[in-house]
Amino acid sequence: MKVAVTTAGNDANADVDPRFGRVKNLLIFDTETGEHEILDNSANLGATQGAGIQTAKRVAESGAEALITGHCGPNAFRTLEAAGIQVITGVEGRISDALTRFQEGSLKPANGADVQGHW
Amino acid sequence: MQVAIASGKGGTGKTTLAVNLALAAPGPVRLLDCDVEEPNAHLFLGVRIEGRELVGIPVPEVNEERCTACGACGEICQYSAIVALKTKPILFPQLCHGCGGCQRVCPTGAIREVLRPIGELEWGRRGELLFAHGRLNVGEAMAPPVIRAVKRWGRPPASAGAGLAKTPFIQVQPAATGDGDPPAESPAMTLIDAPPGTSCPVIEAVRGSDFVLLVTEPTPFGLHDLRLAVELVRRLDLPCGVVINRDGIGDDGVEQYCLAEEIPILQRIPDDRRVAHAYSRGEAIVEALPEYREQFAALYAALKEYDRHAHTAHTRD
Ligand code: SF4
Ligand code: SF4
Repeated sequence: MKVAVTTAGNDANADVDPRFGRVKNLLIFDTETGEHEILDNSANLGATQGAGIQTAKRVAESGAEALITGHCGPNAFRTLEAAGIQVITGVEGRISDALTRFQEGSLKPANGADVQGHW
Repeated sequence: MQVAIASGKGGTGKTTLAVNLALAAPGPVRLLDCDVEEPNAHLFLGVRIEGRELVGIPVPEVNEERCTACGACGEICQYSAIVALKTKPILFPQLCHGCGGCQRVCPTGAIREVLRPIGELEWGRRGELLFAHGRLNVGEAMAPPVIRAVKRWGRPPASAGAGLAKTPFIQVQPAATGDGDPPAESPAMTLIDAPPGTSCPVIEAVRGSDFVLLVTEPTPFGLHDLRLAVELVRRLDLPCGVVINRDGIGDDGVEQYCLAEEIPILQRIPDDRRVAHAYSRGEAIVEALPEYREQFAALYAALKEYDRHAHTAHTRD
């Protein structure tokens, strides 16, 4: 399966970025092959509204079934949920560590948004 | 004549000016409080509210039986208010600007518009003063439709209403030019208390005005915000003049700027403790301190005079 991780970096040695909607890149990791690709999300950096929704859409389009990030607002959460994507919030540190923990099953999906929306 | 009262930021005395100008006018005027996120002019006026109306914007509703999940609606929407993944669309009504785009592109006619209330319009009067204000519901972001509703209020029915709800969210129009005198029964002046700042709600509030009064304090901060406000007003191609509030504090930066930019300074409200005190008690200056009535009346007269000249110049052209 594919897992999306928010990051400002370009590979699995970078840290998980706590932001979701306005994050610079999305790292899409494939648990079967161990390969990853980087999706540039900078188009959403300056969005006045709906950045979370648009980023959620990109995650859905990437084919990811889970998302690892720091914080996720209500609109993004609803979009991800509708797309059947597991949302894991509150993750910090290196992406490679986060992915290991994810594969061990020690990261728990969130039940809802963990931050307030900003319209 | 329509005069908008604006300022680059809040708390500079915008509402004070609007209220006192309205109260010092010799005849009937209309005061429209368009600061819909924080309407407060009524507190100083003690108007009796006579009516109330909900203001809504059209948002899409999807008939899931007709929807084929084609995704066209999500692609057209500029505001991420409708998102179509592989599924039936998800709606975020609070982000919707009511542009109608999704409805137009839906190939199966699955989308219809429903009105979503976002605020309210209230109106009333006090003697000859006609008053209206709008109030945006807490948590709502879209002030312009409520501002439009306030400005529409009281206008002759012919020019009001029909189709307005469908106009897109921002629509900058050039200043209205000489569309004749208002009908005899309508007030000689409409004053618009604009929201603070320089964003779209301000544009919505000031557009169509014959003149814009910019209120500022004579300080470096005041000057900074004044510059932004002047830029906005010039972009809209509207004539403007400055009113200095709390004259006497700060420096002469605002003065120099106005001189260099050839912007008239039309009034100076002195930094008077009694003025601040009246404000804090929710009293209009011209009522608490009658000696101030004359300067507001003079400003009113100056505006009328300007208008008369603008019209004559127009007919001569
Ligand atoms: S009406 Fe316009 S803004 Fe609202 S959802 Fe449809 S396309 Fe988006
Ligand atoms: S455009 Fe119409 S049919 Fe297509 S996804 Fe949107 S609502 Fe459904």
